[in-house]
Amino acid sequence: MNSVPRETPALLPSGVPEDGPAPRRRPIAVHLIGQNIGLILALAILGLSLIIFVGLFAFEQHRLPGNFEVTSSVNNTMPLALAACGQTLVVLTRGIDLSVGGVVDLTNALAAIFLAGSVLHMIIVSVLILLVGAAAGLVNGLVVGLGRLQPIVVTLATLSIFQGLAIRALPQPGGVVPTGYTAVLVNPNVPTALLFVVLAVLGWMALRRSRLGVAIFAVGNDEQSAVALGIRAVRTKIIAYTLAGTLYAAAGLFLAANATSGDATTGDVYTLTSIVAVVLGGVSLFGGRGSAVGAICGAFITTMIVNILFYAHINPLYQSFYEGLFLVIAVVLGSAVGSFARRGR
Amino acid sequence: MSASPDAPGGPQQAAGPPATGSDDPTVTAIAGRGLSKAFGGVQALRAASFAACAGEVHALVGENGAGKSTFIKLLGGRLQPDSGTILLEDRRIRLSGPADATSRGIGTVFQELTLLPWMSVAENLLIGREPRSSLGLIRRSNLASEAEELLARFGITHIDPRALAAEVSLAERQIIEIARVIIRAPRILLLDEPTSSLVEREVAWLFSRIRELRAAGTAIVFTSHRWNEITSIADRITIFRNGAEVGTFTGIDETEAITLMTGRRVDALYPALPPAPAAASRPPALDLAHAILPGSRPAGSAERAPAELGFSLAPGEILGIGGLAGEGHRELFLGLFGAPPLRRAVIRIDGRPARIAHPSDAIHAGLGIALVPEDRKSEGLLLPLPVRDNLTLPILSRLSFGGVIRSGAERRMTRDIIGSLGIRTPSAAQPVGALSGGNQQKVLVGRWLLAQSRILLLYDVTRGVDVATKHELYELMTRLAGEGRAVLFYSSDTEELAHLCHRVLVLRRGRIAASLAPPALTAEAIVAAAMRETLAV
Repeated sequence: MNSVPRETPALLPSGVPEDGPAPRRRPIAVHLIGQNIGLILALAILGLSLIIFVGLFAFEQHRLPGNFEVTSSVNNTMPLALAACGQTLVVLTRGIDLSVGGVVDLTNALAAIFLAGSVLHMIIVSVLILLVGAAAGLVNGLVVGLGRLQPIVVTLATLSIFQGLAIRALPQPGGVVPTGYTAVLVNPNVPTALLFVVLAVLGWMALRRSRLGVAIFAVGNDEQSAVALGIRAVRTKIIAYTLAGTLYAAAGLFLAANATSGDATTGDVYTLTSIVAVVLGGVSLFGGRGSAVGAICGAFITTMIVNILFYAHINPLYQSFYEGLFLVIAVVLGSAVGSFARRGR
Repeated sequence: MSASPDAPGGPQQAAGPPATGSDDPTVTAIAGRGLSKAFGGVQALRAASFAACAGEVHALVGENGAGKSTFIKLLGGRLQPDSGTILLEDRRIRLSGPADATSRGIGTVFQELTLLPWMSVAENLLIGREPRSSLGLIRRSNLASEAEELLARFGITHIDPRALAAEVSLAERQIIEIARVIIRAPRILLLDEPTSSLVEREVAWLFSRIRELRAAGTAIVFTSHRWNEITSIADRITIFRNGAEVGTFTGIDETEAITLMTGRRVDALYPALPPAPAAASRPPALDLAHAILPGSRPAGSAERAPAELGFSLAPGEILGIGGLAGEGHRELFLGLFGAPPLRRAVIRIDGRPARIAHPSDAIHAGLGIALVPEDRKSEGLLLPLPVRDNLTLPILSRLSFGGVIRSGAERRMTRDIIGSLGIRTPSAAQPVGALSGGNQQKVLVGRWLLAQSRILLLYDVTRGVDVATKHELYELMTRLAGEGRAVLFYSSDTEELAHLCHRVLVLRRGRIAASLAPPALTAEAIVAAAMRETLAV
């Protein structure tokens, strides 16, 4: 395999003398930083918001945040973190999924209605609900992929459809989620939900190293080229939307477990917040670039922003205003650092 | 089916000298018989046939729109034929897609580059055959070293496998594209205009790879618009015209080939130049001094002092700009158009100082640019819009009354310019994107003629354009110069510069390395001036 090149003379780049020094290469670290700048920024912003939060908290409460604060932050973020992972898969294929809210609503409502029962019953119902999410995503994927329609239009339509189904299933907030179920998914006493975050990260790393992962990135980079390279673009998109739907259903389950009851409208916010998390996480809305790890960071950043606003005693009515402001600042910062990194070559 | 060529294998190899590699020219490696393909209402191929043998380089030549690329896409599994059959080693096959073609040993370098911009060179090179762990997961940490090793085996050591594809130059992208196909050791290699963005040194590299593959018995199909490349590498030449083959030849001279390609006689490729304008008869149309070209200094350049550049261009003159790629030509042309402006440059138009800080300044100063960026996918044209809109865009204010476009005047103007430039389009309402490359160039030139530009900056307008349309563009250039317009012309084809220009300035590191005029103006002299430093060091 690694035989010395036969008699092949080295090809030199144009403009370089035949016997001059070989052109210098950029160090590996520069490549790594440049190609993961979005993720690095997301981690930096998360770190910064954590520091601000801890500072504010210590100032207000004269102690450091303890088990309760960590656990409730993690548990509250879980649905968004999962929804953002799903949104990442779709955005990477150069799509966008507005149906997130509808799928979370629907699965959340179904969970509240059907979960109560024995352990085996809960497991079966959970799997069925995940399949409902997968089916919702499959519908999106089939229409986008086979119909060659704009993802934004398709998922806007299915958003309404899924919301309608959720309301039909659970017209009034209610239902019940057994405490045992809550304890497994979002234990209110210890941040065991972090295990699911670790699982999500591991799943992402495996996907990134799989044929499917390569195909998702390739389709998002340039669909025409991907097809010319033998990648089945339509199939890849259908799978991406289906996986995303499954993750939204998981978000719906976590939401139900956290609230211990169901509401067919609480999931609506996840359409927009999942996009916010994806953007904060450095995933390119033009597809082909980004990481679910970044999106998970983005989800935690939004939680931190809410926490900071709370401890800064900012009127909750201003919450949206400040969230939007933070988002704009983060995005401007991200693009400034990105273009600076490009120029710094 | 009857005579399987690969089964015996050895005997021929042992018997004859493997010098040329074409052990048995009767063995057909790949063939298309009676292939037809239509796009919408346009018939791209009409029952075209073509066959290539193992161990030969078979050139496919013809005008743009003759159907070469479509034919290659059919053989490469990228498109499905409407009718006709594809034969692989005399067996009928149906290709379900590019992956199917690849698995059958057909490797294709398509005309449009297919690199994924935000993935690394290594990921692009190894896509579909990445190193995997025992769990079946890709070993991402091994990608770069494996890619490096593979590239080195083909003599490519200057491309960093860790860089993103978007970060490397167009020529390097083309080389990666070629390398990606040849590392898969295809038995049939289809190359659709692989040299259009390569300089001579890189073309030589590609040709030695092609010769190696030919010696190993690979069938190679190759298209190019550069005749000298075709004659230097091709064993046989098949000419396409209007979606069907005209004939296959082993030796054919250029004029005869052009006649067959176009179906009409072209007496000489290069038209006669109008007489050079007498010196100092009028103030120069364009005078540039103290220009510093930004960036584009080759890596490892020790020189730090900025090089200044200046020249003047007379009305009626065609001034050529030559030199190796990446020596600042692009910056110069863009700079004269104000996009972005040249640093500290002093520009005089017709003897009067002019400030060009923005393209609109250039338009109002009477400059016009027909600029073709290196990537042909984006051309400074609005591809989905009709020819008419593309032509009249910069002069809409002149064409409208109270904010409303006078469509009668617009129609008349566009009809005239389409006629006088010979833009081949079914109507002025045709989207520009549907025209061939050469005709798109003509629309760009026409736009600036309508804008009454007297100075035309033509940047590599003939790249990737077929011979017949090239000829029309040459005639257009000389006619415009004859009418008193000043033309600044950059071309990557030194022959063109030598034949079409009154004078040629060779740029090297942002300076004028040589100014050549007849009789010293020859293609060889341009190349020598461009390379002098390289040769001397």
